[in-house]
Amino acid sequence: MQIYLPIAEVSVNAFTLIGLGGLVGVMSGLFGVGGGFLITPLLFFIGIPPPIAVATGANQVVASSVSGVLAHVKRKSVDFRMGGVLLAGGLVGSWMGVWVFTLLQELGQVDLVVQLCYVVFLGLIGAMMLQESIRALRRSSKPGHRKRLHQHNWVHRWPVKVKFRASGLYISVFPPLLVGLAVGVLAAIMGVGGGFIMVPAMIYLLGMPTKVVVGTSLFQITFVTAFTTLMHAVSYNTVDIMLAVLLILGGVVGAQFGTTLGAKLRAEQLRILLALLVLAVCGKLALDLFLTPDNLYVVQPGIG
Amino acid sequence: MRGRIAALMLLVLSCTASAQSTVPPGGADALPIEAGPPDAPPAETVVAGLSSDSVAITASFDGSDILIYGAIKRESPIPEGPPLQVIVTVEAPSSGVTVWRKERKAGIWVNSQSVRIGAAPGFYAVATSAALDDILLPEADNRYRISLPLAMRAFAGQVAVESAVPFTEALIRIREDEGLYRLDEGSVSLIDQTLFRADVSLPANLVEGAYKTRIFLLRDGHVIDVFVAPINVRKVGLERWLYRLAFDQPFLYGLMSLLVAVAAGWGASAAFQKLRRP
Repeated sequence: MQIYLPIAEVSVNAFTLIGLGGLVGVMSGLFGVGGGFLITPLLFFIGIPPPIAVATGANQVVASSVSGVLAHVKRKSVDFRMGGVLLAGGLVGSWMGVWVFTLLQELGQVDLVVQLCYVVFLGLIGAMMLQESIRALRRSSKPGHRKRLHQHNWVHRWPVKVKFRASGLYISVFPPLLVGLAVGVLAAIMGVGGGFIMVPAMIYLLGMPTKVVVGTSLFQITFVTAFTTLMHAVSYNTVDIMLAVLLILGGVVGAQFGTTLGAKLRAEQLRILLALLVLAVCGKLALDLFLTPDNLYVVQPGIG
Repeated sequence: MRGRIAALMLLVLSCTASAQSTVPPGGADALPIEAGPPDAPPAETVVAGLSSDSVAITASFDGSDILIYGAIKRESPIPEGPPLQVIVTVEAPSSGVTVWRKERKAGIWVNSQSVRIGAAPGFYAVATSAALDDILLPEADNRYRISLPLAMRAFAGQVAVESAVPFTEALIRIREDEGLYRLDEGSVSLIDQTLFRADVSLPANLVEGAYKTRIFLLRDGHVIDVFVAPINVRKVGLERWLYRLAFDQPFLYGLMSLLVAVAAGWGASAAFQKLRRP
């Protein structure tokens, strides 16, 4: 069934969009990532103009993360205090990121910077997570090994300590603020919620337990992407509500399945899966940069 | 909805010039002039109609066919020489585009050089009664801008590259692949050098605006008459309402998008909760 999108001004198959939303929804519920890093390139691929794909992708992420976060709230796996601190940093970062984005646009080469950002961050994070989770799997198979709650590193020596009870942490407020800020900047430049950066940062930098990481990340993503959607709608008129509704339809259902599935899988397995997924997307983007493209020419609307 | 709207447009005479063509210049006393001056009214004119003069983009819009038909009106018998030919073009409003060429720098492919084209139609279809090169002289093409490369014009700003030709060729190639630019040679059927019809299909990824249809009558590579008719392409109903809201009330529209997202997310969460604990 073909449907004409009023803002994107293209006609696409409605079922393709619902399926796409569903796929990303499962990812969202399973890993606590908003799925923006998947949905945005996938929308490019089916012919949605990039600015509309980015803005509408953000709107879709709002829906799937609301759905996901509610499921996590019921399971009491959201650290609201930590989420609030991350969010405060995230909103400031997102605002800064939009400013950087505009600057890059004036210089040209926005596409390249965005693509390079994807390759570098996805590559680093994917490799780090894969290595860590393989090590964790090996360790847990050895009997008699005592697991520590979390690693203590330099992050735990900063001032202004706050108790994050749900995470079982007593650390300075600055590391989560800075993590939120950095993710916010990157999220705005890359046009995603930032969950795929947030989740590893929470695990490896802040030392949060995996069980609360997903819920807390979704909580933060909900608000950051809502902010991004509104900003895009107001300043660029690039949110296509028809496209968003179709993606959301698949997305919300997918997110519920993902959350259910996530409760049944082991944390280490989850991490390996996410690591492989992140590396796959990274590999695809890197190939696009290095291989000779089929078409050397690119058409962009506008003569800015 | 792929059907053509059956509201037939009345046949409209192409121009007032044809009505005056029988009056001899200079009155009855003057000697009849042997061959008409170059600016004499054409001996053959187009009379044409479209199956519909507007296209409505609804939510389920997936393209539309337009039938362009007509006849050749003449006061004298069919002239000798090469046969009459017809070219039909349909074009969307033009907008500016930037064409980038990628180059390998430090191993990766980056956008390097660009040509900014001030006005390129978003859609352009050319239908002809025979091979375009055989029936249209370059001078006539230059004057009326009929062929694909001439449909785009006005390079914006300075052209910093050696030749803009590869860039415009790339634009045509890319848009041809997307079905937005088309050259259908021989798709105009012409009967007895008098009646013609052409079917032009508009793609699903249509942009709204005032489209233009042109019908060219050619003899020996020269254009002897032109007929122009508008086609109004516009969004209707829900499509129109959403589009206007997004541009007139962006904040409200943004809030509405968020509300839909939050409601959908909450609804799914609540529904699944019920399903799990019946």
